[in-house]
Amino acid sequence: MIDLEFLSYEFMRNALLAGLAAAVLCGVIGIYVILNRIVFISDGIAHAAFGGIGLGYFLGYDPLAFGIGSAVLTAIGIGIVSTRARVSEDTAIGVFMATGMALGIMLLTLSQGYARDLYGYLFGNILAVTRSDVLLILTLTIIILALVFMLYKDFLLLSFDPIYAEAIGLPVQALRLLLLGMVAFSVVILIKIVGIIMVIALLTIPGAISRRHMKGLPAIMAGSIFLGAIFVIIGLLISYELDVPSGATIILTAAACFFLSTVLSR
Amino acid sequence: MSAKMESIVSIKDLWVRRGEHVVLENINLELFAGDFLGIIGPNGGGKSTLLKVMLGLIKPERGEIRLFSLPPAAARSRVGYMPQKTIFDASFPIKVLDVVLMGRYSRKGLMRRYGREDREAALQALQSVGMQDRVLREIGALSGGEQQRVFVARSLVSDPQLLLLDEPTAGVDSAQQKDFYDLLCHLNRDLGIAIVLVSHDVTAISTYVSKIACLNQRLYYHGSRELTGEDIEKAYGCPVEMIAHGTPHRVLREHD
Repeated sequence: MIDLEFLSYEFMRNALLAGLAAAVLCGVIGIYVILNRIVFISDGIAHAAFGGIGLGYFLGYDPLAFGIGSAVLTAIGIGIVSTRARVSEDTAIGVFMATGMALGIMLLTLSQGYARDLYGYLFGNILAVTRSDVLLILTLTIIILALVFMLYKDFLLLSFDPIYAEAIGLPVQALRLLLLGMVAFSVVILIKIVGIIMVIALLTIPGAISRRHMKGLPAIMAGSIFLGAIFVIIGLLISYELDVPSGATIILTAAACFFLSTVLSR
Repeated sequence: MSAKMESIVSIKDLWVRRGEHVVLENINLELFAGDFLGIIGPNGGGKSTLLKVMLGLIKPERGEIRLFSLPPAAARSRVGYMPQKTIFDASFPIKVLDVVLMGRYSRKGLMRRYGREDREAALQALQSVGMQDRVLREIGALSGGEQQRVFVARSLVSDPQLLLLDEPTAGVDSAQQKDFYDLLCHLNRDLGIAIVLVSHDVTAISTYVSKIACLNQRLYYHGSRELTGEDIEKAYGCPVEMIAHGTPHRVLREHD
């Protein structure tokens, strides 16, 4: 039997709640990231968020809020630059990504004594999630789910055939920015859990596996949420029992399942 | 004025410029209910741009365009559109029915969900292109010709009075192309839908359309099924015989 004693610690309860909310987000937003082929953009947004987190520390405000702010700004920036200016999209992402990271490292170092937190943001520390973090994460999750529910048919049209969508009057540019904005929120939440460097794995692995085995978008999303939740719970338990880093454990659990699914579906 | 002569497309002295380059120069075009216009012309001659102007996606620099006496963007719900070869991920998880439903967007707008009426329209559109037994299949599982029919159904599902087709037969084998043109003739003659078909395939087009125009920056059009040798020579900038060779029906008048 699984020992449930770990649930008596508040930090474990917070970690579990945040992890499950993250699984729901990954399940829904991750699918759109895969279908719209914006995996690299999403990774760029995650890295750029680090600049905002550093700024939050430096000014003495909530780093997570600043992280979200800079992630959203980056998302809008990439969205606009890639359609308006004649800079190719991946070049723009590369620039945003490196600039954000450099700013983050610089500002965190200048705000002395935060070396431990630096490690936490790069590699994730789900056990450091506070009660107010959990509240923020749950609120964002509910808002994003509501948006996806209301705009389901519109996002489907955008994802499947943006050229046709634009021709028949869908506000493609606005929806694309909204999608990137939702990715930005999701990515910052995931940073808390698995860290900047591994965000993209948690965002895409559950969806990639689910897509192989399920038919239809709603079923794929449901399967993806389920898998994400399993990865978080198993990863968290292993990390608790063996006293190893939680972010890496969650990702390794997901990666193991991904390779297993690849081998089995052959 | 009789219903038959309702103006569907009216373009007057229209110019489109992209940067320094003039893409469309002094375009004039009138189309009426029941017309089936084929637009031929060399690649880069502005064919897709003209369709985009009709869809309201590109604003003309000068001149006027009206669809059903409305600005193009306001007439979208009466226009069906099939883009040049829809590029999509073959493993995209979506059923044929849901692809066709997308065409109802122009009637629904943001956020409002598709209802029973929309699904019925989708089934009917699939029926009219002969794809009624593929409704619940995934789009990626169909052949190229079948997918093309589904995309025609998508452009028909909003019950349009005008269909705009951009190189619809690209990437489809010749047997399926014939079926496809027969389908278009059926839509045009039996359902009375006006069609504008853009293609560089002169041979195929000239067999089926009722009016033909040639576009290369300027539009060469006389409101008929014939173009003069001079028109085509100007548009393509090469001898007429090269283009007209092998057409089953003469686009060009007999030489004197």
